[in-house]
Amino acid sequence: MKVLVAIKRVVDYNVKVRVKADNSGVDLANVKMSMNPFCEIAVEEAVRLKEKGVATEIVVVSIGPSTAQEQLRTALALGADRAILVESADELNSLAVAKLLKAVVDKEQPQLVILGKQAIDSDNNQTGQMLAALTGYGQGTFASKVEVSGDSVAVTREVDGGGQTVSLKLPAIVTTDLRLNEPRYASLPNIMKAKKKPLEVLTAHALGVSTASTTKTLKVEAPAARSAGIKVKSVAELVEKLKNEAKVI
Amino acid sequence: MTILVIADYSTDQQDNKVLAPATLNTVAAAANIGGDIHVLVAGQGAGAVAEAAAKIAGVTKVLVADNAAYAHQLPENVAPLIAALAQEAGGYSHILAAATSNGKNILPRVAAQLDVDQISEIISVESADTFKRPIYAGNAIATVQSSAAIKVITVRATGFDPVAAVGGSAAVEVVAAVHDADTSSFVGEELAKSDRPELTAARIVVSGGRGMQNGDNFKHLYALADKLGAGVGASRAAVDAGFVPNDMQVGQTGKIVAPQLYIAVGISGAIQHLAGMKDSKVIVAINKDEEAPIFQVADYGLVADLFEAVPELQQSI
Repeated sequence: MKVLVAIKRVVDYNVKVRVKADNSGVDLANVKMSMNPFCEIAVEEAVRLKEKGVATEIVVVSIGPSTAQEQLRTALALGADRAILVESADELNSLAVAKLLKAVVDKEQPQLVILGKQAIDSDNNQTGQMLAALTGYGQGTFASKVEVSGDSVAVTREVDGGGQTVSLKLPAIVTTDLRLNEPRYASLPNIMKAKKKPLEVLTAHALGVSTASTTKTLKVEAPAARSAGIKVKSVAELVEKLKNEAKVI
Repeated sequence: MTILVIADYSTDQQDNKVLAPATLNTVAAAANIGGDIHVLVAGQGAGAVAEAAAKIAGVTKVLVADNAAYAHQLPENVAPLIAALAQEAGGYSHILAAATSNGKNILPRVAAQLDVDQISEIISVESADTFKRPIYAGNAIATVQSSAAIKVITVRATGFDPVAAVGGSAAVEVVAAVHDADTSSFVGEELAKSDRPELTAARIVVSGGRGMQNGDNFKHLYALADKLGAGVGASRAAVDAGFVPNDMQVGQTGKIVAPQLYIAVGISGAIQHLAGMKDSKVIVAINKDEEAPIFQVADYGLVADLFEAVPELQQSI
């Protein structure tokens, strides 16, 4: 079974981002970039499926700037077999990304597509669901457990009230939540080997996909700052403040 | 301009379907946009939810699609229903759903079917086509404008005060259309059973972090919460360590809460946790590490051993 994993290059999760002075966006100059944490979990899940003998080939794809080749090489070092970069200098919305991924799905015909549930930059949480709509496949979002058996996959999902399990006919789309697995680190020999694995570069134009958007960002601002309050010395003082000053208990 | 709000609901311990409170905040967002507000209830045997939806202040019509295909709100079946309703003659200008696990699961699928971008987790309505939403875990707020003929939007409940749950008397209309994609099926669910208020609707939330040391120690927080009538949450660190189940997680990727009072116990205050609670009205932090970042957002900080401070707090209120 072929598994396709989609990954995104984003600001590293440890970076505290700053809004640009002209409110045009977030300052990304000289900031550390990494693979989106949820996408790392997606790569790890595919690698585990291959180790179990369920997956036979892992293709990893990213839509983004040419520098996203770094993250694709990381995925190759973690165990993906080959990579595809759909190069786009523009910041694309989730629908455009989903359309490009649909074109890749048509070309590659995977049985399972695994994506992160959301990217930690745009916080959209849309691409997997949109790809599922465009392909007509079933979707198992926010997955905490994935079990392939025969021509279906059982996905346990993290939902507001606890956990829910659905069964999807293959091919299907899965998006990962935090507790699906704990991603491994790439070993040095595997990082060296990854440099020789195939990486194909395509363009949106070559895939015949329009990336037009119905959304425009007018401005980006820093959130209202919350200032630190006071330190109280005792529980008694805390209770007094909550009762008489904040009046919340 | 007519707005369609997708009702969210859950199943309670007596197996009754109950309208999710976040639906009221979503109707509030719709009211800010302006226009007629219809509510769609898709499910099986969700009549009680439809009755509750018809009473929501400001709602003029409730559509009920009752069919086995819509049970458990499977997105493969519910999304085509919503997309079809949106495109009917005299259809909808906006489709709104709460950014709950159901809303987040279903709505992007609707947007893609309608070939429009979705705008996720709005926290304010600037005009009928312009909205504010947090990005980068709430470290930046984007103002976005949509030119889509049908605007598909999820609503972060904490950004809007809920409308009244009663006072309305909307007409209830049955939608007969059945969309069954036959690509997915419900297998089962394991829902947390709790008598405490639901986190996102609680007036007071008490949360524990890695400093709790183990799951058993959460009993101190439960005792405090029961005295206050509070919900109990946890940081990602506490959930990842296996102290408590995932449905208690507050943060960027867990639940977003904004109660009147948030008491953070043994929580250091990672960016991703702050993203889930920093809009709370009053924040209290109890931590023995006085350098913990949580103190930078807390209105009242207490540097103390939580195992002494929490029982004492419980005794003195």
